[in-house]
Amino acid sequence: MSAPSSSRRRFVRNAAGTTAFFLLGGQEFPIPALAAAPAPAAPPEFFSAEEFRFLQAACDCIYPDDSFGPGASALGVPSFIDRQMQTPYGRGELWYMSGPFQNGPANLGYQLPLAPQALYRQGIESANHYARTERGKDFASLPPEIRTELLTAFEGGAVHFAAFNARLFFEQLRRNTLEGVFADPIHGGNLHMQGWMLLGFPGARADFMDWVNQEGQAYPFEPVSIDPQKA
Amino acid sequence: MTSKRTDVVIIGAGWAGAILAKEMREAGRRVIMLERGPERKTAVEGTYPGSIDELRGAIRHRLFQNPAKTTVTIRNTVNQTALPYRQLAAFLPGEGVGGAGLHWSGVHFRAAPDDLRLRSHVIERYGAKFIPDTMNLQDYGVTYEELEPFFDKAEKVFGTSGDAYKVNGEIVGNGNIYAPSRSDHFPLPAMQDVYTASLFRRAAGDAGYHPYALPAANASRQYTNTYGLQMGPCNFCGYCSGYDCYMYSKASPNINILPALRNDADFTLITDAHVLRVNLDSDRRKATGVTYLDQKENREETIEADLVILAAFQFHNVHLMLLSGIGTPYDPVSNTGVVGRNFVYQTITTSRAWLSEKQYTNQFVGAGGAGVAIDDFNSDNFDHGPLGFIGGSPVWVNQAGVKPIAAAMTGGGKSAPRWGAGYKAGLVDTYRHSMAMDAHGSNMAYRDVYLDLDPTWKDSYGQPLLRMTFTWKENDIRMNQYVVGKIEPIMKALGARRYELGRLEHGEAFDTRKYQTTHLGGGAVMGTSPKDSALNRYLQSWDVSNVFVIGSNAFPQGMGYNPTGTVAALAYWAAHHIRAHYLAQPGPLVSL
Repeated sequence: MSAPSSSRRRFVRNAAGTTAFFLLGGQEFPIPALAAAPAPAAPPEFFSAEEFRFLQAACDCIYPDDSFGPGASALGVPSFIDRQMQTPYGRGELWYMSGPFQNGPANLGYQLPLAPQALYRQGIESANHYARTERGKDFASLPPEIRTELLTAFEGGAVHFAAFNARLFFEQLRRNTLEGVFADPIHGGNLHMQGWMLLGFPGARADFMDWVNQEGQAYPFEPVSIDPQKA
Repeated sequence: MTSKRTDVVIIGAGWAGAILAKEMREAGRRVIMLERGPERKTAVEGTYPGSIDELRGAIRHRLFQNPAKTTVTIRNTVNQTALPYRQLAAFLPGEGVGGAGLHWSGVHFRAAPDDLRLRSHVIERYGAKFIPDTMNLQDYGVTYEELEPFFDKAEKVFGTSGDAYKVNGEIVGNGNIYAPSRSDHFPLPAMQDVYTASLFRRAAGDAGYHPYALPAANASRQYTNTYGLQMGPCNFCGYCSGYDCYMYSKASPNINILPALRNDADFTLITDAHVLRVNLDSDRRKATGVTYLDQKENREETIEADLVILAAFQFHNVHLMLLSGIGTPYDPVSNTGVVGRNFVYQTITTSRAWLSEKQYTNQFVGAGGAGVAIDDFNSDNFDHGPLGFIGGSPVWVNQAGVKPIAAAMTGGGKSAPRWGAGYKAGLVDTYRHSMAMDAHGSNMAYRDVYLDLDPTWKDSYGQPLLRMTFTWKENDIRMNQYVVGKIEPIMKALGARRYELGRLEHGEAFDTRKYQTTHLGGGAVMGTSPKDSALNRYLQSWDVSNVFVIGSNAFPQGMGYNPTGTVAALAYWAAHHIRAHYLAQPGPLVSL
């Protein structure tokens, strides 16, 4: 499997100010040298500093920094989620939110009176409460392997927060984290399109007339963003 | 409240509405078309690169119905409490000009002849006892031969690309050997096979099946359609399903029909107009027009019309009939009544092959309507006698362009971690080296699967939500499992390093949280008797003869094929009979 090696990543990280290379589809392409630099720490607008610390820690468990490349925080994912909270989606305006609200079998779908904003606010508070009760510290203050253990427990469905099953919160967090890694950088995540480069997804190129069938060769061009300034 | 008068009022600006509007204008009738959602023009919001944003498009549902205002409630069985479908997931109805016809993929089939008369066909081949007691198996009341000119007409409007097999009884090409004879070739040659489709074509052939190019309303060449409107050649950008087509290559009402109407003084399109009800006269035998809410002014308006065409999405048509009192609501206990009866869906399961690490499947390359399919296990193309179920599935590679967020949600397959350590490895391998294939199958109609009005939840207009009672039934689960079993030889012929077969499981309940397909059907079906159909064979209400109801609501069963091609043909068929007979002498087109 062709993942960039950690030595290559180190090379990219050390190459600030010059042109670096990134392995894509078995070939190398020049990309801006800042590609693997950490995301600028824009102050959150919806989340408090404490909530944001939770998000950074949790998103990095879900999408960690590893031999394949940087984790979610370095790609700007917590900022992406912060921005999403201030959209119609974050305010629950894309969901049917009329009552009565009644529980039912899981396969009939989401039935809480909470928009994503409230899910995060209550979910983070409950997750930290759970972390303190079970492990004596806020989630973000625990070592990574314990954080992963807690998220695994949330995913498993056996943990109940004050207002809802922890699994609901976990699934919301996982979904938004992966959105932030792989959405166009215009939305604040996927910094320097590193999510796309990992996959070999060419972004907004959207013209494959010559690549309909090249008998299994890797697509040779680096990705582009909808907004070239974001690339 | 103010009132307007017109000859024909059409509810919904999707394919069915656009076709009927064009036909009624050709017949010289004044037309007002009401669309609940906003105006949508490809030249304005469908342009590159803004329109190809996955987050805003397929993920945040730019072109889909916003359930905040109105949705449905869903339950699996009659003794459950149905709960609101609060977040779009399992199916994605469209909203705005173009309807689902703007965000569809473009797979453009003609219904199989056997599927149009499935009840008669099953009885002829297997005997009446083959049909389970609880299954409401029915005929459409129209045959393939009758519909053929209208399939042809629709393809020439849509600019459909494909390989014919038989034209006027002669074998002419490399198309689907199970497809019936056509009166003409497809207007455009088949789309090129993407890499994965070419592998499927070879492997399916090696497995002894009969692969063919999917008929696609994606233009393989520049094309000027019947109405003088132009399409550009598809560049396989991969943004069909969930998007408007910036290349003008995927057929939509917005580029293939509506531009021919927009400058016509006797055609009026009113957007943001939510129809609350069809108004009936005192004995409920005649519609006088419709009442809608002008959502810009927050004001109720009434339009008086001689002819009312319901051309909204499948379940919205049924909802409006129930709200307006057109026809008798279905009662699942006595199996009587017709509005809400034979609510159907499709079975769809996805299987995946992981190829060698030298093979890059470039899954982001694609076209929504294109691909390679086999029909060896669709419809009644195989002997069901020893199998004991009714229905079938085409199997295909339909690589519509896999975007990264969607790929990330699926990750590395069933055995791979969903997040954390090991997640990226599975995702990268799957995105770069795997290919997906679907069994996209039929779903039969059952007595206790139906639509009615919900007793509890209301939309933002104060009207009761539509309630769906739906789950998977043994007949369809067995069909799916049988067909998926036939995919295994293809996997072996592909030389897959590993593969996963996706299938329905016994006892599995319909899950509203996972996208399956937007191919909902039935609920106001066409047929030969007002006892078991809401519409006659011309899609005219049996009860209120100046109401026609056009859409997949007319399908008595969910077929293995995608519905749009048949919806379009039925729309032209109904329009033809309205023009040829109804307008001169309004009244029932089928007398009892």
